[in-house]
Amino acid sequence: MLEVRNLHLSFGGIKALQGVSFTARAGEITGVIGPNGAGKTSLFNAMSGFYTPDSGQVLFDGNDITRLAPDARAALGIARTFQNIALFRGMTVLDNIKLGGHTRLKTDVWSALRYFGAAQREEIAYREEIEERVIDFLEIDHIRKLPITMLPYGLQKRVELGRALAMQPKVLLLDEPVAGMNREETGDMARFILDVQQEFGTTILLVEHDMHMVMDICSHVVVLNFGHQIAEGTPAEVSANPAVIEAYLGTAV
Amino acid sequence: MINGNLKATYAADEQVLNNAYKRAFVYGMALLCAALPFVANDYIILVAAQMGIILIAVVGVNVVIGYTGLLSLGHAAFIAIGAYSIPILHTLFASLGVPEGIMPFLAIPLAVAISALVGIVVGLPSLRVKGLYLAVATLSANFIVIFLIELDAMAPYTGGFNGINTPEANLLGWQLDTQREMFALIAALAFVTILGVQNLFRTRVGRAFIAIRERDYSAEVLGISLLRYKLLSFAISAACCGLAGALFAYFYARILPEQFELVLSLQLVAALIVGGMGRTMGPVFGVIIVVMVPELLKYSFGIIAGGSADVAALRAPVQEIVFGALIIIFLMFEPLGITQIVDRGFRSLNRWPFARG
Ligand SMILES: Nc1ncnc2c1ncn2[C@@H]1O[C@H](COP(=O)(O)OP(=O)(O)OP(=O)(O)O)[C@@H](O)[C@H]1O
Ligand SMILES: [Mg+2]
Repeated sequence: MLEVRNLHLSFGGIKALQGVSFTARAGEITGVIGPNGAGKTSLFNAMSGFYTPDSGQVLFDGNDITRLAPDARAALGIARTFQNIALFRGMTVLDNIKLGGHTRLKTDVWSALRYFGAAQREEIAYREEIEERVIDFLEIDHIRKLPITMLPYGLQKRVELGRALAMQPKVLLLDEPVAGMNREETGDMARFILDVQQEFGTTILLVEHDMHMVMDICSHVVVLNFGHQIAEGTPAEVSANPAVIEAYLGTAV
Repeated sequence: MINGNLKATYAADEQVLNNAYKRAFVYGMALLCAALPFVANDYIILVAAQMGIILIAVVGVNVVIGYTGLLSLGHAAFIAIGAYSIPILHTLFASLGVPEGIMPFLAIPLAVAISALVGIVVGLPSLRVKGLYLAVATLSANFIVIFLIELDAMAPYTGGFNGINTPEANLLGWQLDTQREMFALIAALAFVTILGVQNLFRTRVGRAFIAIRERDYSAEVLGISLLRYKLLSFAISAACCGLAGALFAYFYARILPEQFELVLSLQLVAALIVGGMGRTMGPVFGVIIVVMVPELLKYSFGIIAGGSADVAALRAPVQEIVFGALIIIFLMFEPLGITQIVDRGFRSLNRWPFARG
């Protein structure tokens, strides 16, 4: 599905990625873990098109997308959320989520100017779709008309997931979806992520520091440390790996 | 939450005029504009027509500054292009034997299209620079356009420094030879422009603009092409200004390059900021204020100056200072403009008698 081959990426002297290769298998949840600064977000940026790697390839359904712009990758069906929430803060929850459907909707400027007719039909059908598939699904119907700034952090994370879901993505990249959340919120989010995988068959890549969550919901885990890929395998294999234990020495695995 | 806005269906929830105040205001304005040509005196018609022309332009400026978040200080250039297109196209049409009664039907859309194309070119820097740098780039575009219009080589077409006489609009034999008739056309087109632009923001197109304003990398990750939508935003806003320019040319008997200089661009931005950026009604409120300012100044200078030419000569600079001050005062104390004040009013009305504020 989504594959990286021997990715290298550096910023000046900092080598953020040094030969990362793995495949996120279709319909599964793949975890990407590693200590702070390991290169996890850089990997997502290379996958979603914000950074162009120095060498190596990003493949989607077998096609090389290494040099494709972010918006073109989104149109292919790659969605992502950000480590530090990147919602449109001045807009309501509903408007944020509506934006997710941009590439799937057809309305062009000319029909938009007229609105009545094709554009209106599409808008109302789209509204019904996201109400069902996103807003009901994520249980956020009580906040749909609120501006983002009025929401607590945990709900903002959920809305950002909702915006990505409105894209009906084939692959979903989640960068620390439960960072800063309490136990209950983390449990809710883990459940939503599993629901997305099971109901929509979405391929999911998950960067997370919460080991329990990664071990619970991922079928496959990739471990990065200082840009190197130090391990890959099932959660059980990875947590028994000596290199991983060493990298995490002092932190609970 | 108490908001008096509960809706039964999603279709009803997607309505624009979703409460009685909005409906009353819009229908009231429409009625007023329809009645004005029959009841108002010449002076009121003149001021109202000016408001209509500026309004169409500010609606366009709102698209690029208010909704897309791209600061432009050069939109007077597009008004100039729309305006100068009219006499030039009419001359061309006359030489081709196009009947006078259908000239405006060709000239207005062409003027709009030419402005939109120039808008795309002027918008190109927005792909590389933001904020103040973009403001300077667009401001330069304003100077360049005026420079080209004034160029000796262009004088046969534009009249150079001295300006050029402009034709009257003839719609299928109906000669719009009074300001009253022109006002009717301007008001109708102003409504159409506001409606069209408002419609954009009910769809993916307008949402893409707002997404770019709010956070451009998030917009990209949702599949919004910054290239396409920034240029589209410039094209639409320049098109509105082109329409305003075309009407300007038909409305006045003569146009001069100095009418389209930086002061006009500033007036457009002032109207937008005073009215409320990124809001449908922002341009409407703002234009009412910004067109009233020069009129009030004219009036008060008339009283102060009496016949003194020295005092009267101060009027133009005072006007610029007032525009500048309006921009600063609103940015400091009410950055979302009059729409924000009106919103607060409606909110407390809606909640009454449950709560205040
Ligand atoms: N735009 C950038 N410019 C310079 N250095 C960068 C940039 N982005 C990342 N880095 C560096 O690359 C390395 C990897 O950073 P990255 O953000 O990918 O780590 P991470 O695994 O996501 O860490 P965290 O768990 O803290 O989010 C770090 O040393 C970081 O400082
Ligand atoms: Mg990170």
